[in-house]
Amino acid sequence: MSKRVLLGLLLACGLTASALAQEPKTGGVINAVIQPEPPGLMLAMVQNGPVQMVSGNIFEGLLRYSPKLEPQPELAESWTVSDDAKTYTFKLKKGVTWHDGKPFTAADVLFSIEMLKQTHARARANLVQVDKVEAPDDYTVVFTLKQPFGPFLGIFEVGSMPMVPKHLYEGTDWKTNPYNNAPVGTGPFMFKEWQKGSFIRMVKNPNYHEKGKPYLDEVYWQVIPDAAARSVAYETGKVDVLPGGSVENFDVPRLSKLKDTCVTGAGWEFFSPLAWLWLNNRQGPLADKRVRQAIMYAIDRDFAKDVIWNGLGKVATGPSASTIKYYSDDVPKYPYDPAKAKALLKEAGYKGEKIRILPLAYGETWQRWGEAVKQNLIDVGMNIETISTDVAGGNQKIGDWDYDIAFTYLYQYGDPALGVGRNYVSSAIAKGQVFNNVEGYSNPEIDKLFADGAVATPDSKRREIYEKAQKILVEDVPVAWMLELQFPTIMRCKVKNLITTGIGVNDGFKDAWLDK
Amino acid sequence: MLSFVAQRVVKGVIVLLAIVVLNFFLIRLAPGDPAVVMAGEAGASDQVFVQQLREKFGLDKPLPEQLFIYVKGIATLDLGFSFRQQAPVSKLILERLPATLLLTLTAFAISLALGVLFGTFAARFAGTFLDTAITIFALIFYAMPIFWVALMGILLFSVTVDWLPSFGYETVGANLTGLAHVVDVAKHLIMPAMTLGLFFMATYTRMTRASMLEVKRLDFVKTARAKGLSDGVIQRRHVLRNALLPVVTLAGVHAGTLIGGAVITETVFAWPGIGRLMYDALLQRDYNLLLGVFVTCSVMVLIFNLITDLVYRLVDPRIEFAA
Repeated sequence: MSKRVLLGLLLACGLTASALAQEPKTGGVINAVIQPEPPGLMLAMVQNGPVQMVSGNIFEGLLRYSPKLEPQPELAESWTVSDDAKTYTFKLKKGVTWHDGKPFTAADVLFSIEMLKQTHARARANLVQVDKVEAPDDYTVVFTLKQPFGPFLGIFEVGSMPMVPKHLYEGTDWKTNPYNNAPVGTGPFMFKEWQKGSFIRMVKNPNYHEKGKPYLDEVYWQVIPDAAARSVAYETGKVDVLPGGSVENFDVPRLSKLKDTCVTGAGWEFFSPLAWLWLNNRQGPLADKRVRQAIMYAIDRDFAKDVIWNGLGKVATGPSASTIKYYSDDVPKYPYDPAKAKALLKEAGYKGEKIRILPLAYGETWQRWGEAVKQNLIDVGMNIETISTDVAGGNQKIGDWDYDIAFTYLYQYGDPALGVGRNYVSSAIAKGQVFNNVEGYSNPEIDKLFADGAVATPDSKRREIYEKAQKILVEDVPVAWMLELQFPTIMRCKVKNLITTGIGVNDGFKDAWLDK
Repeated sequence: MLSFVAQRVVKGVIVLLAIVVLNFFLIRLAPGDPAVVMAGEAGASDQVFVQQLREKFGLDKPLPEQLFIYVKGIATLDLGFSFRQQAPVSKLILERLPATLLLTLTAFAISLALGVLFGTFAARFAGTFLDTAITIFALIFYAMPIFWVALMGILLFSVTVDWLPSFGYETVGANLTGLAHVVDVAKHLIMPAMTLGLFFMATYTRMTRASMLEVKRLDFVKTARAKGLSDGVIQRRHVLRNALLPVVTLAGVHAGTLIGGAVITETVFAWPGIGRLMYDALLQRDYNLLLGVFVTCSVMVLIFNLITDLVYRLVDPRIEFAA
């Protein structure tokens, strides 16, 4: 046997061995932290973060998305788009059953859409361009749009459009339907038990439509309300997974160094949380663009990233996170430059009027960030007063436009038409609501660009429009963009394949397995 | 005695009604409404969504009508529905009641027993090293914030020596039964109960000590001594029994607050009790649930006040039941 053949054989054996080593193993239980405790698990009725995280295992959407946000099959196995980009035809996967054994069909899709239009604010907005939805047969669903809608294929993720069992919800009072507390979906795990205040238990769906999956037997979501106690629970081995945002950021470096601990920042590509300061454009000094620009120059965002967020994340360049479509960094830049900030304030005639700043009541990291920004602004001569509230009080103040500067962070959902425009177009100015255009910025050119961008074809045209919009917005500074946040997921290294898509932990644990 | 109890119950109902009305308006004075909180958490809101939520919570009705509906419910023992948690308020409270009572009653028993014991020793050996040691010990636990004691306890007993679990009510997923389950719950209970108990223990120690020293100086103690009674008998039967009245008063007040009074301990140790339920309801402006917890706590205070009055009579027969 020649040396070359021997080498080839050895290599082949080695490769087989390593492939075998990575072959998913079946069985085992994962304990993950959920914070705060979800108010319910019926994703079509409540959509806050923890609900999505837990229920993403129970419910499914038609599609899921890769880290590059390309659509992938889930309950729909294929899809086609007509040449005029107005008709989308989805072929549903056959042999899918609800957890109670009933088959999943196109009728469920039609029902879910009608229900979500009434109960899910984001789905309602996403579906606004849909003219009609039809089901020519049990496994085909056809969406006809009023006009082409660029991000349409990006709205089918489980949290944005979860499929609901028609046979359990039709004709019932959705608000009080008993299945809200014992949800039935098509997902890889079935709801088993919820001891309020303690844990939520899910067990493997033995009839899951992807053969061999899920690999885990059970998943426990542990409710631990105190951030320090959550860190200890991981340290003492009581939980295996700390999803992003479970612990205070200053604990992340310490926990990351623990034995057999793996950390990943992946799985946030679809959401791309972007933090900024709402600036009330309506009144006082902040109505002047130069004062808003001065704020951008005055704040040391690298300090915030390196010290407050422990080096995690990225300094934002504008209204779009760098992970979403049509992002451009060809925009005016605002480096940390207190001298320039002072000059701009002087030019704008700022005379020390009091400016109220509202930190976000999401825990210690946000409090510290509030203090750092306050100090930055005081350093350039601004008169800053911190207003402390809890989340409810803060939301009310922001919704009522009763603030000057307020911290926030929002998801972007992969496309500027879904998660960016809503914060800058004048049609999204509505008192009493949060997360729309609460800063009161109004620019007809921006309104037109976002209106055109949503329906423009082809893709290159959309890119052109959104690049222009980003330039104008960054020049006008309607809000002060701070950081693209990164919430690292901390877990034992034996937990494999936990995050496989751009939706991360919210996409369910169907690919995850334990290397015991 | 029966007429005393009956009259107190009638008064209690009137007080309860006043509490309900006051709380109803008080929590609505706080900024923030549940619809906006829920819309906020969903990361999206529009007019339809907020309006739907307001209707769901009954917030679209005029305030007096909301109050009328609520009081009518209370009269039929219906504490309302928590739309946030998708469950009747009474069910949510009852679910949490056992865990809370287990924690608070254990802490209460520990604190009262140890507090009175240490207080008695301190008074008996007033001015000695033992007295100073107990006093310092009590002051330290009284002065230390509960959350700090809790975290230090976790650091020492869970992280460093790994003797006790750091959170929860039982080992999740262990499915233990019988004695093994009791031992498991007991292990989880030790740290939260001690944390909560040590704080109250300090109060009872100080109170017992001060009260005993005061009673010791009174004439009837001198008489007892003159009669030739032994020191032990004097301390137990004459001094302690008379010195207990203020301790009973304090214990009565504490007992009334047992249900809602362990918010911090329950939060740090992830103990699934009512304190945390109340805290979450407050943050989320879950009005019905919050009012439900308040009503339950108020009823407990009223009941324990009544019990305190009855215990007074047992401790000091001179006290008569006067309505």
